[in-house]
Amino acid sequence: MIEVKDLKKSFGELSVLKGISEHIGKGEKIAVIGPSGSGKSTFLRCLNMLEIPTDGEIWFQGVNMTDVNVDIDKMRQKMGMVFQHFNLFPHLTILDNITLAPIQLKLQTKEEAEANAKRLLERIGLLDKAETYPAMLSGGQKQRVAIVRALAMNPEVMLFDEPTSALDPEMVGEVLDLIRELADEGMTMVIVTHEMGFAKEVATRVMFVDEGLIKEQNTPEEFFANPQHPRLKEFLSKVL
Amino acid sequence: MFENFISQFNKAFIVDDRWKIFLKGLGNTITITLGAAVIGIIIGVIIAVFRFIATQRDPRKKMTFGSMIIIVIDKIMAAYVAVIRGTPLAIQLMIMAFIILQGISDGVVIATIAFGLNSGAYVSEVIRAGIQSVDIGQMEAGRSLGLNRVKTMQLIILPQALKNILPALCNEAIAIIKETSIVGLIAVGDLTRASDLVRSRTMQPYFPLIAVALIYFVLVFGLTTLVGKLEKRLARSDRS
Repeated sequence: MIEVKDLKKSFGELSVLKGISEHIGKGEKIAVIGPSGSGKSTFLRCLNMLEIPTDGEIWFQGVNMTDVNVDIDKMRQKMGMVFQHFNLFPHLTILDNITLAPIQLKLQTKEEAEANAKRLLERIGLLDKAETYPAMLSGGQKQRVAIVRALAMNPEVMLFDEPTSALDPEMVGEVLDLIRELADEGMTMVIVTHEMGFAKEVATRVMFVDEGLIKEQNTPEEFFANPQHPRLKEFLSKVL
Repeated sequence: MFENFISQFNKAFIVDDRWKIFLKGLGNTITITLGAAVIGIIIGVIIAVFRFIATQRDPRKKMTFGSMIIIVIDKIMAAYVAVIRGTPLAIQLMIMAFIILQGISDGVVIATIAFGLNSGAYVSEVIRAGIQSVDIGQMEAGRSLGLNRVKTMQLIILPQALKNILPALCNEAIAIIKETSIVGLIAVGDLTRASDLVRSRTMQPYFPLIAVALIYFVLVFGLTTLVGKLEKRLARSDRS
Protein backbone atom coordinates (compact mmCIF):
# COMPACT_ATOMS: atom_id res chain seq x y z
CA MET A 1 0.00 0.00 0.00
CA ILE A 2 2.79 2.39 0.94
CA GLU A 3 6.23 1.96 -0.54
CA VAL A 4 9.09 4.05 0.78
CA LYS A 5 12.22 4.10 -1.36
CA ASP A 6 15.48 5.40 0.07
CA LEU A 7 13.78 8.30 1.85
CA LYS A 8 16.07 11.11 2.94
CA LYS A 9 15.23 14.38 4.59
CA SER A 10 17.46 17.20 5.75
CA PHE A 11 16.60 20.49 7.36
CA GLY A 12 19.39 22.73 6.11
CA GLU A 13 22.61 21.10 7.28
CA LEU A 14 20.84 18.75 9.64
CA SER A 15 20.24 15.32 8.14
CA VAL A 16 17.22 13.79 9.87
CA LEU A 17 16.37 10.79 7.70
CA LYS A 18 19.30 9.02 6.13
CA GLY A 19 17.76 6.58 3.72
CA ILE A 20 14.71 4.60 4.74
CA SER A 21 13.23 1.93 2.49
CA GLU A 22 10.11 0.18 3.68
CA HIS A 23 6.92 -1.47 2.54
CA ILE A 24 3.68 -1.07 4.46
CA GLY A 25 0.97 -3.49 3.44
CA LYS A 26 -2.79 -3.17 3.69
CA GLY A 27 -4.10 -3.97 7.15
CA GLU A 28 -0.73 -3.64 8.85
CA LYS A 29 -0.50 -1.76 12.13
CA ILE A 30 2.97 -0.35 12.43
CA ALA A 31 4.26 1.13 15.65
CA VAL A 32 7.28 3.39 15.26
CA ILE A 33 9.31 3.94 18.38
CA GLY A 34 12.62 5.58 19.08
CA PRO A 35 14.31 8.31 21.10
CA SER A 36 13.26 11.92 20.57
CA GLY A 37 15.05 13.56 17.66
CA SER A 38 15.50 10.19 15.97
CA GLY A 39 13.42 11.21 12.95
CA LYS A 40 10.36 9.05 13.63
CA SER A 41 7.90 11.94 13.39
CA THR A 42 9.60 13.30 10.30
CA PHE A 43 9.30 9.84 8.74
CA LEU A 44 5.58 9.81 9.43
CA ARG A 45 5.09 13.36 8.13
CA CYS A 46 6.90 12.47 4.92
CA LEU A 47 4.34 9.73 4.25
CA ASN A 48 1.66 12.31 3.46
CA MET A 49 4.12 14.90 2.25
CA LEU A 50 3.64 17.35 5.11
CA GLU A 51 7.41 17.28 4.96
CA ILE A 52 8.79 17.25 1.46
CA PRO A 53 11.55 14.61 1.25
CA THR A 54 14.96 15.80 0.20
CA ASP A 55 15.53 12.59 -1.72
CA GLY A 56 13.84 9.26 -2.36
CA GLU A 57 10.27 8.35 -3.23
CA ILE A 58 7.00 7.63 -1.45
CA TRP A 59 4.47 5.53 -3.35
CA PHE A 60 0.90 5.28 -2.14
CA GLN A 61 -1.59 3.06 -3.95
CA GLY A 62 0.59 3.01 -7.02
CA VAL A 63 1.04 6.79 -7.19
CA ASN A 64 4.38 8.47 -6.66
CA MET A 65 3.57 11.07 -3.99
CA THR A 66 6.94 12.74 -4.42
CA ASP A 67 6.23 13.56 -8.05
CA VAL A 68 5.75 17.36 -8.27
CA ASN A 69 2.86 16.99 -10.68
CA VAL A 70 0.82 14.70 -8.45
CA ASP A 71 -2.40 16.17 -7.04
CA ILE A 72 -1.24 15.92 -3.47
CA ASP A 73 -4.54 17.23 -2.04
CA LYS A 74 -6.37 14.37 -3.71
CA MET A 75 -3.90 11.80 -2.31
CA ARG A 76 -4.10 13.22 1.21
CA GLN A 77 -7.86 12.72 1.24
CA LYS A 78 -7.15 9.00 1.56
CA MET A 79 -4.59 9.40 4.35
CA GLY A 80 -5.97 10.45 7.71
CA MET A 81 -3.57 12.19 10.05
CA VAL A 82 -3.79 12.69 13.80
CA PHE A 83 -1.44 15.15 15.48
CA GLN A 84 0.14 15.30 18.89
CA HIS A 85 -1.54 18.64 19.60
CA PHE A 86 -4.92 17.66 18.10
CA ASN A 87 -5.08 20.72 15.83
CA LEU A 88 -8.84 20.98 15.96
CA PHE A 89 -10.13 24.17 14.37
CA PRO A 90 -10.93 26.34 17.40
CA HIS A 91 -13.28 28.68 15.56
CA LEU A 92 -15.60 25.88 14.40
CA THR A 93 -18.02 23.72 16.36
CA ILE A 94 -17.17 20.06 16.87
CA LEU A 95 -19.68 19.11 14.16
CA ASP A 96 -18.23 21.64 11.69
CA ASN A 97 -14.71 20.43 12.48
CA ILE A 98 -15.73 16.99 11.26
CA THR A 99 -17.88 18.00 8.28
CA LEU A 100 -15.71 20.84 6.92
CA ALA A 101 -13.45 18.82 4.64
CA PRO A 102 -16.03 16.32 3.28
CA ILE A 103 -18.41 19.17 2.42
CA GLN A 104 -15.80 21.55 1.01
CA LEU A 105 -14.26 18.83 -1.11
CA LYS A 106 -17.74 17.89 -2.35
CA LEU A 107 -17.33 14.28 -1.25
CA GLN A 108 -20.59 14.36 0.68
CA THR A 109 -23.62 16.61 0.78
CA LYS A 110 -24.14 18.69 3.90
CA GLU A 111 -26.86 16.29 5.09
CA GLU A 112 -24.74 13.19 4.47
CA ALA A 113 -21.70 14.72 6.13
CA GLU A 114 -23.67 15.76 9.19
CA ALA A 115 -25.38 12.39 9.53
CA ASN A 116 -22.00 10.72 9.20
CA ALA A 117 -20.40 13.08 11.73
CA LYS A 118 -23.19 12.46 14.23
CA ARG A 119 -22.81 8.74 13.83
CA LEU A 120 -19.07 9.07 14.51
CA LEU A 121 -19.67 11.33 17.51
CA GLU A 122 -22.21 8.87 18.86
CA ARG A 123 -19.63 6.14 18.56
CA ILE A 124 -17.15 8.04 20.74
CA GLY A 125 -19.91 9.15 23.13
CA LEU A 126 -19.62 12.85 22.34
CA LEU A 127 -22.80 13.44 20.37
CA ASP A 128 -23.96 15.92 23.01
CA LYS A 129 -20.87 18.06 22.26
CA ALA A 130 -21.65 18.46 18.55
CA GLU A 131 -22.58 22.13 18.82
CA THR A 132 -19.87 23.15 21.29
CA TYR A 133 -16.39 24.44 20.50
CA PRO A 134 -13.08 22.60 20.94
CA ALA A 135 -12.03 24.84 23.86
CA MET A 136 -14.79 23.26 25.93
CA LEU A 137 -13.46 19.70 25.57
CA SER A 138 -10.83 17.88 27.59
CA GLY A 139 -7.61 16.81 25.90
CA GLY A 140 -8.77 13.24 25.51
CA GLN A 141 -12.07 14.34 24.02
CA LYS A 142 -10.27 16.68 21.62
CA GLN A 143 -8.02 13.91 20.40
CA ARG A 144 -10.93 11.53 19.90
CA VAL A 145 -12.73 14.21 17.88
CA ALA A 146 -9.53 14.72 15.86
CA ILE A 147 -9.48 11.01 15.12
CA VAL A 148 -13.07 10.90 13.91
CA ARG A 149 -12.48 14.08 11.91
CA ALA A 150 -9.86 12.12 9.99
CA LEU A 151 -12.17 9.08 9.80
CA ALA A 152 -14.95 11.18 8.27
CA MET A 153 -12.90 11.28 5.08
CA ASN A 154 -13.00 7.46 4.87
CA PRO A 155 -9.22 7.17 4.65
CA GLU A 156 -7.33 4.08 3.49
CA VAL A 157 -4.63 4.57 6.09
CA MET A 158 -4.34 6.47 9.37
CA LEU A 159 -1.15 8.18 10.47
CA PHE A 160 -0.81 8.92 14.19
CA ASP A 161 1.90 11.30 15.31
CA GLU A 162 2.35 10.70 19.04
CA PRO A 163 -1.40 10.86 19.62
CA THR A 164 -1.21 10.57 23.41
CA SER A 165 1.97 12.52 24.20
CA ALA A 166 0.19 15.79 24.97
CA LEU A 167 -2.48 14.19 27.16
CA ASP A 168 -2.88 14.03 30.89
CA PRO A 169 -2.18 10.44 31.99
CA GLU A 170 -5.78 9.69 32.90
CA MET A 171 -6.92 10.54 29.36
CA VAL A 172 -4.44 8.36 27.50
CA GLY A 173 -6.61 5.28 27.91
CA GLU A 174 -9.71 6.60 26.15
CA VAL A 175 -7.68 7.63 23.11
CA LEU A 176 -5.78 4.35 22.93
CA ASP A 177 -9.05 2.45 23.24
CA LEU A 178 -10.41 4.23 20.18
CA ILE A 179 -7.24 3.54 18.20
CA ARG A 180 -7.38 -0.09 19.29
CA GLU A 181 -10.94 -0.32 18.02
CA LEU A 182 -9.90 1.01 14.63
CA ALA A 183 -7.07 -1.48 14.53
CA ASP A 184 -9.47 -4.33 15.29
CA GLU A 185 -11.68 -3.19 12.41
CA GLY A 186 -8.75 -3.67 10.08
CA MET A 187 -7.66 -0.09 9.47
CA THR A 188 -4.12 0.21 8.14
CA MET A 189 -2.18 2.44 10.49
CA VAL A 190 1.21 3.85 11.30
CA ILE A 191 1.60 5.06 14.87
CA VAL A 192 4.52 6.99 16.24
CA THR A 193 4.25 6.41 19.96
CA HIS A 194 5.96 6.21 23.31
CA GLU A 195 3.32 3.82 24.67
CA MET A 196 5.30 0.58 24.63
CA GLY A 197 2.51 -1.50 26.13
CA PHE A 198 0.15 -0.32 23.45
CA ALA A 199 2.67 -0.97 20.68
CA LYS A 200 3.20 -4.49 21.97
CA GLU A 201 -0.50 -5.20 22.13
CA VAL A 202 -1.88 -3.58 18.97
CA ALA A 203 0.95 -3.44 16.44
CA THR A 204 1.58 -6.18 13.90
CA ARG A 205 5.09 -4.85 13.43
CA VAL A 206 7.28 -2.57 15.55
CA MET A 207 10.03 -0.41 14.11
CA PHE A 208 12.88 1.15 16.00
CA VAL A 209 14.04 4.39 14.41
CA ASP A 210 17.31 5.88 15.57
CA GLU A 211 19.65 8.43 13.99
CA GLY A 212 17.50 8.66 10.88
CA LEU A 213 17.48 4.94 10.11
CA ILE A 214 15.30 1.95 10.91
CA LYS A 215 17.77 0.10 13.12
CA GLU A 216 15.56 -2.86 13.84
CA GLN A 217 12.05 -4.13 13.27
CA ASN A 218 10.16 -7.25 14.21
CA THR A 219 6.89 -8.69 15.39
CA PRO A 220 6.02 -7.13 18.74
CA GLU A 221 6.69 -10.35 20.66
CA GLU A 222 10.21 -10.77 19.28
CA PHE A 223 10.90 -7.05 19.25
CA PHE A 224 10.40 -6.61 22.96
CA ALA A 225 11.48 -10.07 24.16
CA ASN A 226 14.52 -10.45 22.02
CA PRO A 227 16.03 -7.13 20.84
CA GLN A 228 19.20 -7.47 18.81
CA HIS A 229 20.64 -4.03 18.13
CA PRO A 230 22.61 -2.58 21.04
CA ARG A 231 20.90 0.83 20.60
CA LEU A 232 17.49 -0.82 20.88
CA LYS A 233 18.54 -2.81 23.93
CA GLU A 234 19.72 0.39 25.56
CA PHE A 235 16.54 2.25 24.57
CA LEU A 236 14.24 -0.49 25.86
CA SER A 237 16.12 -0.77 29.12
CA LYS A 238 15.43 2.92 29.68
CA VAL A 239 11.76 3.00 28.79
CA LEU A 240 10.46 -0.34 29.99
CA MET B 1 -19.88 85.65 32.20
CA PHE B 2 -22.82 83.45 31.33
CA GLU B 3 -24.02 85.90 28.70
CA ASN B 4 -20.58 85.90 27.21
CA PHE B 5 -20.80 82.12 27.02
CA ILE B 6 -24.15 82.26 25.24
CA SER B 7 -22.97 84.87 22.79
CA GLN B 8 -19.85 82.88 21.94
CA PHE B 9 -21.92 79.77 21.41
CA ASN B 10 -24.25 81.74 19.17
CA LYS B 11 -21.42 83.13 17.12
CA ALA B 12 -19.77 79.75 16.73
CA PHE B 13 -22.82 77.72 15.76
CA ILE B 14 -25.99 79.72 15.19
CA VAL B 15 -25.07 82.94 13.36
CA ASP B 16 -25.08 82.44 9.58
CA ASP B 17 -26.09 78.81 10.19
CA ARG B 18 -22.46 78.00 11.01
CA TRP B 19 -23.44 74.60 12.42
CA LYS B 20 -23.90 73.60 8.79
CA ILE B 21 -20.17 74.13 8.20
CA PHE B 22 -19.42 71.70 11.03
CA LEU B 23 -21.99 69.24 9.78
CA LYS B 24 -20.58 69.30 6.27
CA GLY B 25 -17.06 68.90 7.71
CA LEU B 26 -18.19 65.94 9.79
CA GLY B 27 -19.77 64.40 6.68
CA ASN B 28 -16.52 64.68 4.75
CA THR B 29 -14.46 63.31 7.64
CA ILE B 30 -16.74 60.28 7.89
CA THR B 31 -16.86 59.75 4.10
CA ILE B 32 -13.07 59.80 3.80
CA THR B 33 -12.61 57.54 6.83
CA LEU B 34 -15.13 54.92 5.71
CA GLY B 35 -13.94 54.97 2.10
CA ALA B 36 -10.31 54.72 3.16
CA ALA B 37 -11.05 51.89 5.59
CA VAL B 38 -12.82 49.86 2.90
CA ILE B 39 -10.05 50.45 0.34
CA GLY B 40 -7.43 49.77 3.01
CA ILE B 41 -8.92 46.45 4.06
CA ILE B 42 -9.36 45.26 0.47
CA ILE B 43 -5.79 46.17 -0.46
CA GLY B 44 -4.46 44.86 2.85
CA VAL B 45 -6.11 41.44 2.56
CA ILE B 46 -5.07 41.04 -1.09
CA ILE B 47 -1.44 41.92 -0.37
CA ALA B 48 -1.16 39.86 2.81
CA VAL B 49 -2.76 36.73 1.38
CA PHE B 50 -0.93 36.99 -1.95
CA ARG B 51 2.42 37.47 -0.26
CA PHE B 52 1.78 34.62 2.20
CA ILE B 53 0.86 32.22 -0.57
CA ALA B 54 3.86 33.36 -2.62
CA THR B 55 6.17 32.30 0.22
CA GLN B 56 4.51 28.86 0.35
CA ARG B 57 5.73 27.95 -3.09
CA ASP B 58 6.92 24.34 -3.53
CA PRO B 59 10.67 24.76 -4.09
CA ARG B 60 10.81 21.60 -6.20
CA LYS B 61 8.56 22.98 -8.88
CA LYS B 62 10.18 24.36 -12.02
CA MET B 63 10.10 28.09 -12.63
CA THR B 64 7.27 28.76 -15.04
CA PHE B 65 6.13 32.04 -16.55
CA GLY B 66 3.31 32.08 -14.01
CA SER B 67 5.61 31.68 -11.02
CA MET B 68 7.87 34.45 -12.38
CA ILE B 69 4.86 36.77 -12.53
CA ILE B 70 4.01 35.86 -8.93
CA ILE B 71 7.53 36.71 -7.81
CA VAL B 72 7.45 40.04 -9.66
CA ILE B 73 4.06 40.99 -8.19
CA ASP B 74 5.32 39.99 -4.74
CA LYS B 75 8.29 42.36 -5.11
CA ILE B 76 6.07 45.19 -6.33
CA MET B 77 3.82 44.73 -3.30
CA ALA B 78 6.82 44.73 -0.97
CA ALA B 79 8.04 47.97 -2.57
CA TYR B 80 4.60 49.56 -2.24
CA VAL B 81 4.44 48.76 1.47
CA ALA B 82 7.98 50.07 2.00
CA VAL B 83 7.32 53.35 0.17
CA ILE B 84 4.01 54.04 1.89
CA ARG B 85 5.40 53.31 5.33
CA GLY B 86 8.58 55.23 4.62
CA THR B 87 7.01 58.57 3.64
CA PRO B 88 4.76 60.99 5.54
CA LEU B 89 1.05 60.74 4.88
CA ALA B 90 0.80 64.51 4.35
CA ILE B 91 3.33 64.27 1.50
CA GLN B 92 1.49 61.29 -0.02
CA LEU B 93 -1.74 63.26 0.14
CA MET B 94 -0.21 66.23 -1.66
CA ILE B 95 1.51 64.06 -4.25
CA MET B 96 -1.90 62.53 -4.99
CA ALA B 97 -3.64 65.90 -5.21
CA PHE B 98 -1.05 67.90 -7.10
CA ILE B 99 0.74 65.29 -9.23
CA ILE B 100 -0.91 61.91 -9.73
CA LEU B 101 -4.59 62.81 -9.53
CA GLN B 102 -4.36 66.41 -10.79
CA GLY B 103 -7.20 65.70 -13.17
CA ILE B 104 -9.70 64.97 -10.38
CA SER B 105 -11.22 68.11 -8.90
CA ASP B 106 -13.11 66.49 -6.01
CA GLY B 107 -10.81 66.72 -3.01
CA VAL B 108 -12.82 64.21 -1.01
CA VAL B 109 -12.24 61.55 -3.69
CA ILE B 110 -8.52 62.32 -3.78
CA ALA B 111 -8.24 62.21 0.00
CA THR B 112 -10.17 58.94 0.17
CA ILE B 113 -7.85 57.33 -2.37
CA ALA B 114 -4.71 58.65 -0.68
CA PHE B 115 -5.83 57.50 2.77
CA GLY B 116 -7.01 54.17 1.39
CA LEU B 117 -3.68 53.46 -0.30
CA ASN B 118 -1.84 54.48 2.85
CA SER B 119 -4.01 52.36 5.08
CA GLY B 120 -3.71 49.35 2.74
CA ALA B 121 0.01 49.12 3.40
CA TYR B 122 -0.45 49.18 7.17
CA VAL B 123 -3.39 46.80 7.10
CA SER B 124 -1.42 44.32 4.99
CA GLU B 125 1.26 44.22 7.68
CA VAL B 126 -1.34 43.81 10.41
CA ILE B 127 -2.95 40.91 8.55
CA ARG B 128 0.41 39.33 7.76
CA ALA B 129 1.20 39.31 11.46
CA GLY B 130 -2.29 37.92 12.11
CA ILE B 131 -1.78 35.06 9.68
CA GLN B 132 1.57 34.25 11.28
CA SER B 133 -0.03 34.27 14.72
CA VAL B 134 -2.19 31.26 13.80
CA ASP B 135 -0.53 28.00 14.87
CA ILE B 136 1.25 26.24 12.00
CA GLY B 137 -0.61 23.07 13.05
CA GLN B 138 -3.83 24.60 11.73
CA MET B 139 -2.45 24.83 8.22
CA GLU B 140 -1.11 21.28 8.54
CA ALA B 141 -4.43 19.94 9.79
CA GLY B 142 -6.29 21.57 6.92
CA ARG B 143 -3.81 20.31 4.35
CA SER B 144 -3.75 16.80 5.83
CA LEU B 145 -7.51 16.60 5.26
CA GLY B 146 -6.94 17.26 1.58
CA LEU B 147 -7.93 20.92 1.50
CA ASN B 148 -5.73 22.97 -0.79
CA ARG B 149 -3.70 25.98 0.28
CA VAL B 150 -6.28 28.60 -0.72
CA LYS B 151 -9.23 26.80 0.90
CA THR B 152 -7.26 26.22 4.11
CA MET B 153 -6.36 29.88 4.13
CA GLN B 154 -9.92 31.01 3.56
CA LEU B 155 -11.74 28.60 5.87
CA ILE B 156 -9.25 27.96 8.64
CA ILE B 157 -6.44 30.51 8.84
CA LEU B 158 -8.11 33.83 7.98
CA PRO B 159 -11.11 33.48 10.32
CA GLN B 160 -8.73 32.85 13.23
CA ALA B 161 -6.33 35.56 12.11
CA LEU B 162 -9.18 38.06 11.94
CA LYS B 163 -9.99 37.50 15.59
CA ASN B 164 -6.38 38.07 16.58
CA ILE B 165 -5.98 41.24 14.54
CA LEU B 166 -9.25 42.96 15.37
CA PRO B 167 -7.67 45.20 18.04
CA ALA B 168 -4.88 46.20 15.64
CA LEU B 169 -7.37 46.88 12.85
CA CYS B 170 -9.39 49.01 15.25
CA ASN B 171 -6.24 51.00 16.00
CA GLU B 172 -5.74 51.53 12.30
CA ALA B 173 -9.31 52.81 11.89
CA ILE B 174 -8.81 55.19 14.81
CA ALA B 175 -5.62 56.43 13.21
CA ILE B 176 -7.45 57.12 9.94
CA ILE B 177 -10.23 59.06 11.67
CA LYS B 178 -7.74 61.34 13.36
CA GLU B 179 -5.28 61.61 10.48
CA THR B 180 -8.03 62.87 8.18
CA SER B 181 -7.59 66.15 10.04
CA ILE B 182 -4.75 66.98 7.63
CA VAL B 183 -6.90 66.99 4.48
CA GLY B 184 -7.19 70.75 4.84
CA LEU B 185 -3.74 70.71 3.18
CA ILE B 186 -5.46 70.01 -0.12
CA ALA B 187 -8.40 72.29 0.68
CA VAL B 188 -10.93 69.63 1.64
CA GLY B 189 -13.52 70.91 4.10
CA ASP B 190 -13.35 68.33 6.86
CA LEU B 191 -14.16 68.74 10.53
CA THR B 192 -10.83 70.34 11.44
CA ARG B 193 -11.07 72.71 8.51
CA ALA B 194 -14.59 73.67 9.62
CA SER B 195 -13.34 74.68 13.03
CA ASP B 196 -10.54 76.65 11.38
CA LEU B 197 -13.02 78.47 9.19
CA VAL B 198 -15.38 79.39 12.00
CA ARG B 199 -12.53 80.37 14.32
CA SER B 200 -11.09 82.76 11.77
CA ARG B 201 -14.49 84.33 11.16
CA THR B 202 -15.50 84.74 14.80
CA MET B 203 -11.98 85.32 16.13
CA GLN B 204 -12.88 83.05 19.02
CA PRO B 205 -11.07 79.72 19.37
CA TYR B 206 -12.87 78.03 22.27
CA PHE B 207 -16.11 76.67 20.90
CA PRO B 208 -14.94 75.63 17.43
CA LEU B 209 -11.89 73.76 18.73
CA ILE B 210 -13.45 72.15 21.79
CA ALA B 211 -16.49 71.17 19.74
CA VAL B 212 -14.51 69.33 17.04
CA ALA B 213 -12.25 67.71 19.64
CA LEU B 214 -15.40 66.39 21.26
CA ILE B 215 -16.79 65.13 17.96
CA TYR B 216 -13.53 63.28 17.12
CA PHE B 217 -13.61 61.77 20.58
CA VAL B 218 -17.18 60.59 20.20
CA LEU B 219 -16.37 59.04 16.80
CA VAL B 220 -13.37 57.16 18.17
CA PHE B 221 -15.13 56.14 21.36
CA GLY B 222 -18.12 54.87 19.40
CA LEU B 223 -15.83 52.81 17.20
CA THR B 224 -13.92 51.24 20.10
CA THR B 225 -17.19 50.35 21.81
CA LEU B 226 -18.47 48.71 18.65
CA VAL B 227 -15.27 46.74 18.12
CA GLY B 228 -15.31 45.70 21.78
CA LYS B 229 -18.75 44.18 21.25
CA LEU B 230 -17.58 42.42 18.09
CA GLU B 231 -14.58 40.97 19.92
CA LYS B 232 -16.86 39.57 22.57
CA ARG B 233 -19.01 37.92 19.91
CA LEU B 234 -15.98 36.41 18.21
CA ALA B 235 -14.73 35.11 21.55
CA ARG B 236 -17.75 32.79 21.65
CA SER B 237 -15.59 29.83 20.67
CA ASP B 238 -13.16 30.43 23.55
CA ARG B 239 -13.69 28.66 26.82
CA SER B 240 -16.77 30.08 28.47
